[in-house]
Amino acid sequence: MIFAAAFYNDWMRRILDLPDQASSIAPEVDQLHYFVIAVTMLGAIGLTIATIYFFAKYRYRGKQMIGQEYKPGPMFEVVAVSGPLAFFLLWFFIGFHQYVEISSVPDDAMEVYVMGKKWMWKFAYPDGPNAVGVLRVPVGRPVKLLMTSRDVIHSFFVPAFRLKKDVIPGRYSELWFTATKPGSYQVFCAEYCGTGHSMMRAEVVAMPQAEFDTWMAQQRNSPIPSQQDSYQSKNEPQRGQANMVVQGERLAGEKGCLKCHSVDGSAHIGPTWLGLYHRAERLSTGETQLVDEPYITDSMMNPTAKLVAGYGPVMPTYMGKLTAPESAAIVEYIKSLRDPQLQAQPSEGPAYEPGRRP
Amino acid sequence: MSLAVVPEAAPHEAAQEPDYIRAKSGVLSWLLTVDHKRIALLYLGTVTITFFLGGLFALALRTELLVPDHGIMDAMTYNRMFTLHGVTMVFFFMIPAIPGVFGNFFLPIMIGAHDVAFPRLNLLSYYLYLAAVILGLWGMIHGGTDTGWTFYTPYSTTTTTAVLPILAAAFINGFSSILTGVNFIVTIHTLRADGLHWMRLPLFLWSIYGTAVIQVLATPVIGITLALAGVEHFLGTGIFDPAHGGDPILFQHLFWFYSHPAVYIMVLPAFGVASELVGAFTRKPLVGYKMIALSTFGIAFVGFLAWGHHLFTSGQSAVDAGVFGFVSMLIGIFTSIKIFNWVASMYKASIYMTSPFLYTLGFFFLTVFGGMSGVALATISLDVHWQDTYFVIAHFHFIMAGGVVLMFVGGLHYWFPKMFGKLYNEGWAMVAAVLVILGFIGTFTPQFLLGNEGMPRRYYSYPPHFQFLHVTSTIFAYILGMGLLLALINLIIGLINGPRAGNNPWGAPQYEWDTPSPPPEHNFSATPVINRDPYEYRGQEIIENAN
Repeated sequence: MIFAAAFYNDWMRRILDLPDQASSIAPEVDQLHYFVIAVTMLGAIGLTIATIYFFAKYRYRGKQMIGQEYKPGPMFEVVAVSGPLAFFLLWFFIGFHQYVEISSVPDDAMEVYVMGKKWMWKFAYPDGPNAVGVLRVPVGRPVKLLMTSRDVIHSFFVPAFRLKKDVIPGRYSELWFTATKPGSYQVFCAEYCGTGHSMMRAEVVAMPQAEFDTWMAQQRNSPIPSQQDSYQSKNEPQRGQANMVVQGERLAGEKGCLKCHSVDGSAHIGPTWLGLYHRAERLSTGETQLVDEPYITDSMMNPTAKLVAGYGPVMPTYMGKLTAPESAAIVEYIKSLRDPQLQAQPSEGPAYEPGRRP
Repeated sequence: MSLAVVPEAAPHEAAQEPDYIRAKSGVLSWLLTVDHKRIALLYLGTVTITFFLGGLFALALRTELLVPDHGIMDAMTYNRMFTLHGVTMVFFFMIPAIPGVFGNFFLPIMIGAHDVAFPRLNLLSYYLYLAAVILGLWGMIHGGTDTGWTFYTPYSTTTTTAVLPILAAAFINGFSSILTGVNFIVTIHTLRADGLHWMRLPLFLWSIYGTAVIQVLATPVIGITLALAGVEHFLGTGIFDPAHGGDPILFQHLFWFYSHPAVYIMVLPAFGVASELVGAFTRKPLVGYKMIALSTFGIAFVGFLAWGHHLFTSGQSAVDAGVFGFVSMLIGIFTSIKIFNWVASMYKASIYMTSPFLYTLGFFFLTVFGGMSGVALATISLDVHWQDTYFVIAHFHFIMAGGVVLMFVGGLHYWFPKMFGKLYNEGWAMVAAVLVILGFIGTFTPQFLLGNEGMPRRYYSYPPHFQFLHVTSTIFAYILGMGLLLALINLIIGLINGPRAGNNPWGAPQYEWDTPSPPPEHNFSATPVINRDPYEYRGQEIIENAN
């Protein structure tokens, strides 16, 4: 019996091309999905067959041939209304029940703050590190995301969890889930947010509780900032720098830098800032330029002078728009965006490759 | 099969009055005309252009989506392109198409009137629409905008692209829509011929009437909403942008308060055309005339209370979601009433297979499957996964875009002999219809699966495992495009070279086929009296020389 149910589930999921079921709610939602799709498709196919049958049987067969008037009794309309209505209401009630479940956060949920902005996802654990692009959660424990946006509306969408919630500037929205299988799951931004919308992706990494605890402890104790917490170190000696980095990050958003430069390695209008510092960029003139503090500052004030090959002369000058401390803070922010993997291969492709579905 | 000619005009139709096309000549006689039939042709020319423009934008999008990354355009161009596709198709094609062309041409003829109630206002409607189209096209050439046709704030109020001309174009188009609605309501109320009581009104007019009511009641809301978004963009008034203390969700509520009923502004006229085609080609009275007419008003009314189903993931309360989800289900009921009655009308019929009826069968298919996917989307917990994915795209292209396109093109093939007095090549029309229907189904069926997999809409680049379904969709989009182009060419050749059409080449029972083809300038030589039901065969409607 259990085997048959599992077989049915797997079979339907494959036919309908649904992703993995990796959250507590996903199998339940999918059961309703199969029910609704099976009945609506059977109904629609039945109606199509009736149409084809009538069409074949009652073809026009002569010049003056006129069809017979057919007046069905009131029962026809009663059945036509009540049949679909019964199913529609049933689906409505199950769907509403599930929606209430999706909206009701368990009390013991672990909290993670999520910030969406053009075009990245940032995750912050109340008592731990920050992370960009990767949300690590323990398997089997409810996680509540407290989400807000810094600029326009985004939407946090995890297909494998069957969950989605808009992320709105000026308010916090909540989304909760319990991951049921260890693995890495794609996160999409589902609300259109501009040029980099389709690259505003991230991943949820669900790990066994013990592994998660180890990771969390490492993050707190690590003296060197790791990739995930690279620009907000808790380490005391770097405090001053961290403050400047945070300031720079804020400025980059406010001054519009992030409208064209990504910070996660994805391709945009301008070169990505991830791993930019100390990278050897090829210029449009063919020369090679080491990206250092002076070059970054020059590029803000006189952007078209030394263009990176492959990018258009589209950036406006920030001369007079940035004070010296502001440009310094942005430089510090860029310096903090280090990714060892990308230093050797400048400006190429997205940093994040989504995992294939099994 | 071909529709042959009436060799010479029969004596009774050797009109004392010349037809409306030849009644006057000169460019000004067209541009300043107040004849509803000529205004309909002005609409026909304009919507044909906007339709093919919107179609070209769609093909550009589909071509870009052949590859997961950069194909033929960059991300900014892609974002502008899907905005232009949406704005052009919704505001400049689907909203005005069927009411503007068939509503204008046939409403007065079907009720036995000489013209609409306010002929000059009718011309103003057209010019407001034309002004909106020109302003919109100018805005597109001027740089375009990348907000999507939904103009969601605060993106639209902070974008650096040229959003204002597009907002203004949609705003002006709203006035055209309202004026047309008022004109049609007054015309149906006041100008019906003797004997044409409400239960004798052709179903096309019931749907035009329902549409007009929505146009008059809902359009002002989108006007004021777009105006506020424009003001916000300029002055930062802080209505929708939280950076200035506004509420971005308020915009979504106001936007969908219009734009959900607007779906019925687009699709109810298509339902009306379908009823006419079923009535004409089953060659027997329609089943469930009253139910079809009443369900139109069910949809029009309930459609006003369903807007919140666009906001299931935006953060409304569970109670709100429940109410909107429940009301949305009722729309499915009213739509299924129509479909059941249309299919039942084929029972014991004598089905006359023609290209317009083939379009109708394709329309049935798209409406049934698209409508059922709508019921699935109205199921709240399922919508959480599907919201803003390709599933939604596939759903509304099946039922709304598919419905309007198939019934616009099908209706054009049906009424073409009446409008122009010419016949087109039926064989080629059939080939085009098959291509269009296959193209539609093939383009959007893979998109349902893409949505299931979680592919979000408005994505310029996508993970590579989505590529196969995208390529399939694009191939069929080209087939769809070829079908539509073939249909257009075939109609144009018919217009230039086609044989003359008789008054009633289909043997249809409806009132409009009693007039000469094309009708004279004032429609009728004597004031008509209507003494029968619209779908009642009297026995004399013989298909002229059909074989």
